[in-house]
Amino acid sequence: MKYSRGYKVFRIFNGIFLALICIVCLYPFLNTLATSLSSNTSVLRGEIGIFPKGINFEAYTRIMKDSEFYIGYKNTVVYTVLGTLLSLTITIATAYPLSRRGLVGKKYIMLFFVFTMYFGGGMIPSFLLVKNLHIMNTIWAVILPGSLSVYNMLIMRTFFASIPESLSEAAKIDGIGDFRLLTKIILPLSKPIIATMTLFYAVGYWNDWFSALIYMSDSKKHPVTLYLRSVVMGLTKQAMSGNITGNDVAEVANKTVQGATVMLVTIPILCIYPFVQKYFVSGVMLGSVKE
Amino acid sequence: MSTDLCKINQKKNTKWQMKWKKIKQDRVLYLILLIPIIYLIVFKYVPMAGNILAFRKFKIGGSMFGERWVGWKYFNLFIKDSYFWQVFKNTFLLSVLNLLFGFPIPIILALLLNEVKNKAGKRVVQTLTYLPKFLSTVVVVSMLQTLLSPSTGAINSILQGLGFDSIYFLNESSWFRPVYIISDIWQFMGWNSILYLTALTSIDPQLYEAAAIDGAGRWKQTLHVTLPGIMPTIVITLILSTGSVLSVGFEKVLLLYTSNTMDVADVISTYTYRMGIVNSQYSYTTAVGLFQGVINLFIITAVNKISKKTTETSLW
Repeated sequence: MKYSRGYKVFRIFNGIFLALICIVCLYPFLNTLATSLSSNTSVLRGEIGIFPKGINFEAYTRIMKDSEFYIGYKNTVVYTVLGTLLSLTITIATAYPLSRRGLVGKKYIMLFFVFTMYFGGGMIPSFLLVKNLHIMNTIWAVILPGSLSVYNMLIMRTFFASIPESLSEAAKIDGIGDFRLLTKIILPLSKPIIATMTLFYAVGYWNDWFSALIYMSDSKKHPVTLYLRSVVMGLTKQAMSGNITGNDVAEVANKTVQGATVMLVTIPILCIYPFVQKYFVSGVMLGSVKE
Repeated sequence: MSTDLCKINQKKNTKWQMKWKKIKQDRVLYLILLIPIIYLIVFKYVPMAGNILAFRKFKIGGSMFGERWVGWKYFNLFIKDSYFWQVFKNTFLLSVLNLLFGFPIPIILALLLNEVKNKAGKRVVQTLTYLPKFLSTVVVVSMLQTLLSPSTGAINSILQGLGFDSIYFLNESSWFRPVYIISDIWQFMGWNSILYLTALTSIDPQLYEAAAIDGAGRWKQTLHVTLPGIMPTIVITLILSTGSVLSVGFEKVLLLYTSNTMDVADVISTYTYRMGIVNSQYSYTTAVGLFQGVINLFIITAVNKISKKTTETSLW
């Protein structure tokens, strides 16, 4: 196809514009990284852009010495691993039966699940439920209430349903039951969607801080995101007390530590993200397929 | 089952027998479904039933469904409270403005990305713009604090370099909404563009060829082929976003607001959190939450209905 001159000019500007968007997306990361590695005096002077000045690892060594950070990080790993396993199990256990053809009552069961996407109990009844179940201050409080995402379940169901019926029919003739059909045939064929769901759920648990805030009063059980929150809130409090003059040393010391904490919280996500990226686009795509 | 028996019985009976046979055949599937169904009842439907606490008095240590009926008492309390209406207004404004500015940008991004012919370049843009979506709200707010700090932040350094006074973005009411909305766009524009990009690839290339033959340039093709092609996706996404108008950005507001920005920043969810979880006014906040949930449900149902009539696209 031949392009008009105007279109060629547009494409050049488009390229420049999208490159700018990339810089904007990346800038906060680089700025935070640079801050975490810089010396206090350069941070104080507001000199930090995307390159650190006066490189040192003091902020990192300071966090590493903090036992609260360690405990938080360990808790986050435990909550993420167990939560993700639970979520995957329950999502598959819902999506698989509902993806089978001719399941009697499927329409009503679907409605039962989908309705919870649009209406629910709200914050306080859910809070009181967790309280009444006596699971406050346990791992169950942070992983159980949100372990099934109906939206993710619908995506998975669409994927399962797209697996050719002939495969399961052949398996049935060989005398394979529904459960073994799932574990031996459907799941091995569903690696892309399982990878996507693992990423979605794991990121959700990794990033969660609110359920721990309301369900866990014991700080020894807090995830690392709540540790970071206390750093964030510390700065906010300083701000509210009116102590915002540029030479507030405590704030600046906190800034480098805050930057380092942010980096340590984010690095695991940055590490797995590129490997799963090729899968999740197709995952989101399935979500758009309507019944 | 004996087929002879089926033949004798009425047609209706046969249908039920067939169904029963199928249910028996699928018993393992129902057994598997039992776990999620019990889960859903306990963690979704019990709290849903717990909404009746809005009409009942709560006793410390008592049932989550309350002790005795008090009617509309708690609803009257907040409906007569002028602060509640301020919070309601804040929520509505933040949500609508966020939708107004945040909704079109992913569509534009998808359209621009669609014009990129260089595969590697396209992939780099996609990778970088999707990334922020995977960050915790705490991390995003942390980054905002670093970037926007009045004394040490990069943005204020630039402002000062240009000869302006530095602005304390996070502590000024007038800056709360822009900061909230812009950071939301930053975090989600890439991710939200995925759906549109997918829709774009499914448009029949023949439509473009036909348009080109008719003399339509790239711009006209975008208007007359591309946009109509992704319209159903746009409508569905819009309907879904209206369903959470009153539960906007709770986590980010809770981390961002300060006593100075409270007058515009406080939203229904943060209000519920403070009055309910912090101050233990359970019945009152359940009433507020129920009000919020019902309005959300009403809006999404109404928008869905309107859309069904006008664009023939709908969620259900």
